Amino acid sequence: MQKAPVKLIDEEGKRVDGREWNELRPIKIEVGVLNNADGSAYIEHGKNKILAAVYGPKEAHPRHLTLPDRALLRCRYHMAPFSVEERKSPAPSRREIELSKVIREALEPAIFLEHYPRTAIDLFIEILQADGGTRCAGITVASLALADAGIPMRDLVVACAAGKVDNKIVLDLNDIEDKEGEADVPVAFMPNLNAVTLLQMDGTLTPEEFEQAINLAIEGCKRIYKMQKEALKARYLAIKREVEEQ
Amino acid sequence: MTTPVTVSRVRRRQIAQLIANGMRLDGRGLTEYREIKIERGLIERAEGSAQVSLGRTIVLVGVKVGIGEPYSDRPNEGVLTVNSELVPLASPEFEAGPPGEESIELARVVDRGLRESKSIPLEELCIIPGKKVFIIFVDVYVLNHDGNLIDTSAMAALAALLNTKIFNYEVEDDEVIKIKPGFKPLPIRNYPIAVTLAEIDGKLVVDPWLDEEEVMNARITFTFDKDGNICAIQKGGGGFFTKEQVLEAMRIAREKSEELRKIVVEGL
Repeated sequence: MQKAPVKLIDEEGKRVDGREWNELRPIKIEVGVLNNADGSAYIEHGKNKILAAVYGPKEAHPRHLTLPDRALLRCRYHMAPFSVEERKSPAPSRREIELSKVIREALEPAIFLEHYPRTAIDLFIEILQADGGTRCAGITVASLALADAGIPMRDLVVACAAGKVDNKIVLDLNDIEDKEGEADVPVAFMPNLNAVTLLQMDGTLTPEEFEQAINLAIEGCKRIYKMQKEALKARYLAIKREVEEQ
Repeated sequence: MTTPVTVSRVRRRQIAQLIANGMRLDGRGLTEYREIKIERGLIERAEGSAQVSLGRTIVLVGVKVGIGEPYSDRPNEGVLTVNSELVPLASPEFEAGPPGEESIELARVVDRGLRESKSIPLEELCIIPGKKVFIIFVDVYVLNHDGNLIDTSAMAALAALLNTKIFNYEVEDDEVIKIKPGFKPLPIRNYPIAVTLAEIDGKLVVDPWLDEEEVMNARITFTFDKDGNICAIQKGGGGFFTKEQVLEAMRIAREKSEELRKIVVEGL
C-alpha cells in the first residue's frame, strides 16, 4: 500500500486538475430546489455536490432548548454513505459532529436570531458527493438556503479554503490536494462586514504562509460571493417571471 | 448543547469596560495567563499522566499504551487516539452521557495539534507491519471547568505524553510478548502548544476564564510547534474576527506559546 509521493504541481505550475494556483474549481449554484423546505439551495463545487435545506423559524422541540432572547440555530452536516470512495457509515462521525458545530458558528453571526426569540431554525446540509472542501461549499450553500427561507441576515456567508501544496500556497484545494498537501485553511467570510466567521487549519504553515493563505482564501470568498448573489437573484427573477405570466 | 452559566448584565459590562481599558476583572493583563501548575505521573496505572491547572481550571490526562492493528491505509504506523470527557463533577453544566459537540471539538483540537506537529513519530511505533502496532490512547479528563479547556488540555496531553513509557517487547510467532520489567520513554519529536484568545468588545485577551467565555463574542486557538510554525487553528463561538484581529491573535499566540512551552517542557 506504500504509495509513491504524488506530484501535485507540474513543471508549468499547473495543478493535478489543470488549474492555476489561484484558480477556483467550476461552481454551479441553484436556489430553491426543494419543495417542502422553507428554504433550500444546491451547489456543485468541483465534484462536490451538496444540498442544504432550512426549516423555520418554528416552534422548538424539545421545548426546554428554547432561548428566551433569540432563535436557536441547529445545524446538521451529514455525508451520504455513497459520497466518498469507501462507504461511510450513515451514523454521525466525530468529524461530522465537529463540523456541524463550526458551521453553525460560522452562520450564527450572519442571522438576526434576536428577531425570533423562543423559536428554532433547523439547517440540514447533506453532502451527496465529496471532493475536498465540503465544509466550505456547505457553508456557501447553507447561507443561500437561509436567505431563501426569508430569514433576515446581515450578509451572506461565503467560504473557501486555501492551503499549501507542493510547497506553494494555492486556492480551493480538491480532494487529493487536501489529503496529500501540507496544509489546509478553510475560511468563512462575510464580505460586507470584513468578518471571518470560520477559521480552521491543519497541517504546517509558517506565520507568513498563513497570512498569504488567509488573504488568498478571502480573495476566493469574494469571487464566490458574486456567484452566490447571482444565484439568489436568479431565483427571484424566476418567481417574478412566473407571477407576470399569470 | 450546554446552557450557559449566567453572567449578570452588570458583571458583563464590568468585564467589557475593564478590558476596554486594558485590565481584567481578575487583575491580569490582556496577554497574561493564569498561574500554571503541572503535576506529572500521578496515575501509576497509566503509562503516562499529567494534571495541569490553569487558575481554577483543572485537567487530568492519562495515557494508556496498547497493542492493536494499524489502519489499513497506514500499515506501518502506530495509532494515536485522543478522547475527552467533560466529567459531570467538573461543572454544573456538564452532563453524563455520550460525548457532546463541545467535548468532541476539544479532543479533536488537541489531536490536531499533536498529529500535525508530528510530535509522536508513529512510524516508530510499528511492531509487525500491517499486523501489530502500538496504540497510544490519550484521555483528557476535565476535573474543574473555569474556562479555556483547550489550552489546559493541550498542555496536559503534552505533559502526559512526555512522561509516557512503553514496555519492552519480543515478537514470537507473530505474537507480541511484554517483557517485564523494563520500559523505554515514548519518543516525542515536537512540542505543540495551543494558545486561545477571546474577542470581547473588539479587544483580544488570552486565556479567557469562565466568565469571560460567557461574555466573549468568539474565540480563536492557534497551536504552534517548537519551530514557530502553526500546526492547528480553530475558531469557535457564534461571533467573528476581522482579518486584522486574526493576524494580531496569531502574533500574540506565537509569543505566548514559547512562554508556555518552557513551562511544560523544561519543567521536566
